[in-house]
Amino acid sequence: MSSLMSGSQILLESLAREGVEMIFGYPGGVTLPIYDVLYDHPIRHVLVRHEENASFAAEGYARATGRVGVCMATSGPGATNLTTGLVDALMDSIPIVAITGQVPEHLIGRDAFQEADTFGITRAATKHNYLVKQIDEIPQVIHEAFHIAGAGRPGPVLVDITKNVLQGKTGYHPAAVLRPLRGFHVRLDPDDEEIEAALQFLWASERPYIYAGGGVISSAASDELREFAELLEAPLAHTVMGLGALPSNHPNFISMLGMHGSYAANMGITETDALIGLGVRFDDRVTGRLDAFAPKARVLHVDIDPAEINKNRRADLGIVGDVKQVLQKLNNRLRETKESLGTHNRQKRAVWRARIEGWKREHPFAEVYDDNEIKPQYLMKKLDEASGGEAIVSVDVGQHQMWAAQYIRFNRPRLWVNSGGLGAMGFGLPAAMGAQFGNPGKLVMAVVGDGGFMMSLPELATISSHKLPVKIIVMNNGWLGMVRQWQELFYNGRYSEVAMDAFPNCELLAAAFGIRGRSVDNPAELETGLAEALAEPGPFLLNVNVTREENVYPMVPAGGAVNEMILGPPKPVAVGD
Amino acid sequence: MQQLISLLVENKPGALMRVAGVLTSRGYNIDSLTVAKTLDPTLSNMTIVVNVESSTHDEELLIKQIKRLVDVVEVVDLTDSQAVTRELALIKVKVSPDMRPALLKEADIFRARVVDAASTSYTLEVTGAGEKLDALIGLLHNYGEVEMIRSGAMAMGRSPKVDHREAFAEASRVSDKVRETVKI
Repeated sequence: MSSLMSGSQILLESLAREGVEMIFGYPGGVTLPIYDVLYDHPIRHVLVRHEENASFAAEGYARATGRVGVCMATSGPGATNLTTGLVDALMDSIPIVAITGQVPEHLIGRDAFQEADTFGITRAATKHNYLVKQIDEIPQVIHEAFHIAGAGRPGPVLVDITKNVLQGKTGYHPAAVLRPLRGFHVRLDPDDEEIEAALQFLWASERPYIYAGGGVISSAASDELREFAELLEAPLAHTVMGLGALPSNHPNFISMLGMHGSYAANMGITETDALIGLGVRFDDRVTGRLDAFAPKARVLHVDIDPAEINKNRRADLGIVGDVKQVLQKLNNRLRETKESLGTHNRQKRAVWRARIEGWKREHPFAEVYDDNEIKPQYLMKKLDEASGGEAIVSVDVGQHQMWAAQYIRFNRPRLWVNSGGLGAMGFGLPAAMGAQFGNPGKLVMAVVGDGGFMMSLPELATISSHKLPVKIIVMNNGWLGMVRQWQELFYNGRYSEVAMDAFPNCELLAAAFGIRGRSVDNPAELETGLAEALAEPGPFLLNVNVTREENVYPMVPAGGAVNEMILGPPKPVAVGD
Repeated sequence: MQQLISLLVENKPGALMRVAGVLTSRGYNIDSLTVAKTLDPTLSNMTIVVNVESSTHDEELLIKQIKRLVDVVEVVDLTDSQAVTRELALIKVKVSPDMRPALLKEADIFRARVVDAASTSYTLEVTGAGEKLDALIGLLHNYGEVEMIRSGAMAMGRSPKVDHREAFAEASRVSDKVRETVKI
């Protein structure tokens, strides 16, 4: 008979058994029993300065390490503050587990102090959630929560635990086996029949095109993806979630596709006859107007979530499975048949590659430089040089995010951290913290806009307190730049409520938090400022004042066809056929 | 378009909320919903009738997104199947003494039973397909004021399998278009 343990002790023991090393959290009334155990527990707790940033940090940790991120908050406002990060993780399929305290069971439904219906509120914000009212359930529920968060299509799971359970005592019996989850099935491996159908599909194609997203990173299928692209000799575009799965300098890589994607990627998708979607969800920012998206293509769609097949674009062949396993089988067959079936359209595919190369040369992402002011694109080029394809780059949401996606290259997956689906401002800095905690020795840059930076300002305290060596690069144009861009292009230049004036003095701000900082205004200063930031062993806040009114191009206007890109100022130009 | 969905769910708090959430997030109104536990008390059976936007081809996606829920063990779209569908109604009708024999005769045609009788009213219980209930209610309006409560539809697929889960699994395999490999 094991000795009695409190619910809080059992909780932390269960987390430790799941391999949790770190929790991003913020304490409060009902989680006091947990924090009392944490006081001298080996699991490390990082005290953030706002619960929303706990969920973003857990996401950054998960995105950069591939492990399940954990965050924790108290009942009521603590739990509601976590919610944005949960929805963000849901949209981008990021595995995190959130622990929240709930008021004691006898007070539930009595409008108790700091009571909120966390279970109800987070129903639509999570892959699954739990309300724990029995102490004996804790080990099983935690075990299940980690399983559900990580298995199949990853996502956030929330466990809400009442205070009386956290305080109660019982014998601890670790959850050795998962209790059967009758409604949770994950199909990983495809049938041979499906693989053969896919093989026919691929070798029959004259203009194949690979469209690869975050699912490739979730399933750790980078090697398989590279081999697949090489065997098929097909161009490959990434979604904003997929960047890094194929190294950016790979010859088959044609950059990002979609609203701010490359000319080659968007022209290619318009002309392809065989679209191969791998771990993607045909998001509207990728497809633009759906009926003009890949209009000449038959579609092969591979995803682990059956609900993604046929959701936005009908698949001619849909395979439900883990991208890695599907590609492994497919690559074997491609290799075996390359000199037989693979020879049929070889000539046509060579012509196709030449067309793609032509588009790449015709309109690469523009080289933009000015002697006197820092162009945002130039800033990203400098950051790309500083990174050398190896730094973790955690971005916020907006213009800088798109420029970073266009100009910064990645040699491997899990270096690019961004809020892709939800587009949650305030994500970049706390996510960079999580990424840095998960990768202590690595260069982590938080590349954020001035708007998003102001949303995550309090985390400078967390960064300072841990001497976390994050390099914070603020691309400061004094606006909510992306909203301003839309107001310029689609609302007659009426700049309504987008000026981010009264930005704090960067040196003073940094100094106030006990870290180093500097502001730069021209390319020469950027050079030295960046060098100074990178040489600094601790955190550094580099405020980069860039050209105020610069737009992200190419741009597919919302609801437009992807080949109808606005390539640059001053006038919209429709291209393509 | 009315979609008829039958589900086997974990008999747990929150299961109903999760299923309803998939529908309400789209702004769909649930026309009727019945839930009760099955012979296996850890499982509940739900029958949902919901008005879906058929122009958006949402029916298939809806089923798949419901199936994705961890608490949903099986789900099957019975809209176009030969499922047995039944509904129960309790109908209270005001009736004058001279019309009572005529009402009882008509109730008999519909196999409605009197479950309560007062000096000025009868309460009838009737089961059947929705249209049958509509017809009876329409007739009863001729006698006087009518008050009515309906259970909403419950549906059972026509599978030879007696085991609930097996029957569901079979039905859902039939309707599951994802697993079909398209021949090229």
